Amino acid sequence: MKLSKESVLGLIALATFLLLAVIAPGFLSSNNINSMMFQLPEFGLIALAMMVVIVTGGIDLSITYIAALSGVGAALMLTNGYGILPAIIVAILFALACGAFNGFVVSKIGVSPILVTLGTMVLFEGIILAITKGSSISGFSEGYSLIGNGYYLGLVPLSIVIFAVFAIITAILLSKTSWGRSVYMYGSNETATLFSGVKNSRVLMKVYLYASLLAAISAIIMTSRYNSVKVDLGSSYLLQSVAAAVLGGTNIHGGYGKVIGTVYAVMIFQFIRNGLNLLGFHSSLVDVVIGAILILVLAMNFFSDKFKKIAETKNAGKAA
Amino acid sequence: MSEYILQMKDVSKTFPGVKALDNVQLEVKKGEVHALIGENGAGKSTLIKILAGIHKPDPGAKFYFEGEEAKINKPIDATLKGVSIIYQDLSLFPNLSVAENIYIGQDSNKKPWKKINWKSIKKTADKALEELEVDIDPNTTVERLSIAQQQLVEIARALAFEAKLIVMDEPTSALSSSEVEKLYKVVDKLSSRGISIIFISHKLKELFRVSDRFTVLRDGKYVGSYQAEEIDEAKLINLMVGREVSYEKNEKQVETGEVIFQVKDFYKQGNFKDISFSLKKGEVLGITGLVGSGRTELAQAIFGVNKPDSGSLKIYGKEIRIRSSADAVKKGVAYIPEARQTQGLVLEQSIINNISLPILNRMRNKLKLLDRKSEVQLAEQYIKSLDVRPALPNLPASKLSGGNQQKVVIGKWLSAQPKILIIDEPTNGIDIGAKTEIHKLLRRLANDGIGVIMISSELPEILAVSDRVLVMRHGRISGELGIQEATQEKIMNYALNSGSKKNPSEALDDTSRISQGV
Repeated sequence: MKLSKESVLGLIALATFLLLAVIAPGFLSSNNINSMMFQLPEFGLIALAMMVVIVTGGIDLSITYIAALSGVGAALMLTNGYGILPAIIVAILFALACGAFNGFVVSKIGVSPILVTLGTMVLFEGIILAITKGSSISGFSEGYSLIGNGYYLGLVPLSIVIFAVFAIITAILLSKTSWGRSVYMYGSNETATLFSGVKNSRVLMKVYLYASLLAAISAIIMTSRYNSVKVDLGSSYLLQSVAAAVLGGTNIHGGYGKVIGTVYAVMIFQFIRNGLNLLGFHSSLVDVVIGAILILVLAMNFFSDKFKKIAETKNAGKAA
Repeated sequence: MSEYILQMKDVSKTFPGVKALDNVQLEVKKGEVHALIGENGAGKSTLIKILAGIHKPDPGAKFYFEGEEAKINKPIDATLKGVSIIYQDLSLFPNLSVAENIYIGQDSNKKPWKKINWKSIKKTADKALEELEVDIDPNTTVERLSIAQQQLVEIARALAFEAKLIVMDEPTSALSSSEVEKLYKVVDKLSSRGISIIFISHKLKELFRVSDRFTVLRDGKYVGSYQAEEIDEAKLINLMVGREVSYEKNEKQVETGEVIFQVKDFYKQGNFKDISFSLKKGEVLGITGLVGSGRTELAQAIFGVNKPDSGSLKIYGKEIRIRSSADAVKKGVAYIPEARQTQGLVLEQSIINNISLPILNRMRNKLKLLDRKSEVQLAEQYIKSLDVRPALPNLPASKLSGGNQQKVVIGKWLSAQPKILIIDEPTNGIDIGAKTEIHKLLRRLANDGIGVIMISSELPEILAVSDRVLVMRHGRISGELGIQEATQEKIMNYALNSGSKKNPSEALDDTSRISQGV
């Protein structure tokens, strides 16, 4: 039986979990499991956002700043006495405005995504600094803090439920809708999709909008959990999310990538980060370990692709 | 000393499940131009890859260079024996200079910290270019050269490596007619200097122009080697396919009906001008002309991916506007591009995903979600009706042969149920068997009431399939011929001379590019 890339990754996640359960004291304690579940959603959502963009062959370097700006939007509403719902709506609108701008420049003007989002990363950061003057905004209502800190039905963290819901939505959108199909097809060969009557620019626009929506959800969870927002909200997740998407099997050149793979990758990151902490590793050492694992897995992917390619050239030779 | 530069004996190659080569022989004499021919899938590329050291043959194969037995296990072994291979999609470094490209690999044994000897680089390049008598500045970067010039640089590189045997894989497929002529002269020159050439091409006329001998492969088996004098085109085709094949005439089987499609005053600066024509129900309209005459630009303008400056379209008498390819699909216009692998298909994706791509919106169920079942059904339907092989709907399109890929592209557009189908070079790079099938299919579609516009450079194809022929020249329609009166000579005359009477034989000489074809 041949396992898919994603199933292999799932097994690795399981193995990591079991290994740490054995060697890291307190890894299985309900306290620890809970804290992992609270930490995972905000990063998971950013990683999914990044993955969707990478499937088109692009990248969104502004994604965490979109999240931060969106968080600022929510914070401004909350601190000015508005309720939770208006705050959430404003957070989403802020993010969508950023996404629309990225989408417009990428799809209509045709500038390469890495350049556009590098520019907007600085742009959004500047806007946040102008609004916040560099300090943090904090002190939100009790109710709002429940989003990131509360439990669903008193059992599991609400935020992980939100994450699960959006992971499922993303999976359905990508695999079951004509937009999702077009995203993969565009990522594989954008000329062919153009010549097939696909509205490339519309597909791309929706990709950047959807990524920014996920960033907004992540921002809402983060601001709620930290009870404050600053310009660097979630900024450490930026490159980690690229790493998680790629570790999850997403092809950095576009055309392939699955939600479940990214979810497994995010889980692996979470387990290791948490487990090593429990084992008393210094946090800088944790980064070293995660970096090493990432390179190992990518090297393995590279070689397995290479062997596949060799097999394919043989097949091609057969055909010729 | 042997009279042969290369002898490959009893070469077999087994890939898992398939015997790609079965006891193939290839003997190339010194200084001869040797044509290697066979249908797609006959084993030419595999044989060349074995010669290049990329594939290893099954045990039992023997190689002799100048009479001496040799082993080729890796590419460098072949290079050291004086074998140079010029692949179809050249392998130059676009942002290095011509001289650097010619020199590269020469001192691969040198220690990496040794200084580059620019003088010897320049000398090597100058010498090689001089030998070819070509006028290319060795200091220009390669990306600024035309494809033809780049090819010459590859040949110069082969000379710099003191190649004794140069393999050219479809060298003329991207060249204009005058460039092709120049290449022939270079080939003649090389062979007169004792360098042997293996020439791979699908264009039989071209092969007769340059080759001294032919080796024919069929289905991985060696058919035979023949002197150019003892053989002709019909015979070669017969040897390649094992049966007599010429294009069957696909004559009209239904009465031509009403006008279903009209193009009026299409104009785009630098592309085409004053284009007006109409298409009747049941008719196949052929459009031909030299490469660069604006045919493809016109087709893409109708399809909405190359916006015209002005002009109007009518389908069934109703004026329509097409602003994008998506618009075109909606209005019932389909375009099958010439570049099957880059524009026609998403190669990594399955046959199913490719076929449903233009009509994803029609593949949705009540919940607006894609209905995989109807997608699979659709794909299976076209795999069956077009006889795509292998009939595996989940297979990536990249795994299909050229002919079958083209069938998938056709299936994809038939699924969109177009009223007008424009097909650009429908049988480019496809073997003869599949060609005839596609010709028949185009006729069948016309019978069914789809307006078919076929663009082709291959005149026998135009004559075999069309009911009416438009000839383009410099972006204008220079002539229109009914099929009864159309001949290759007349078409060529329009393609070259805008209909004026000039010496047609002279014209023919200049257009090897459009007159050739298997």
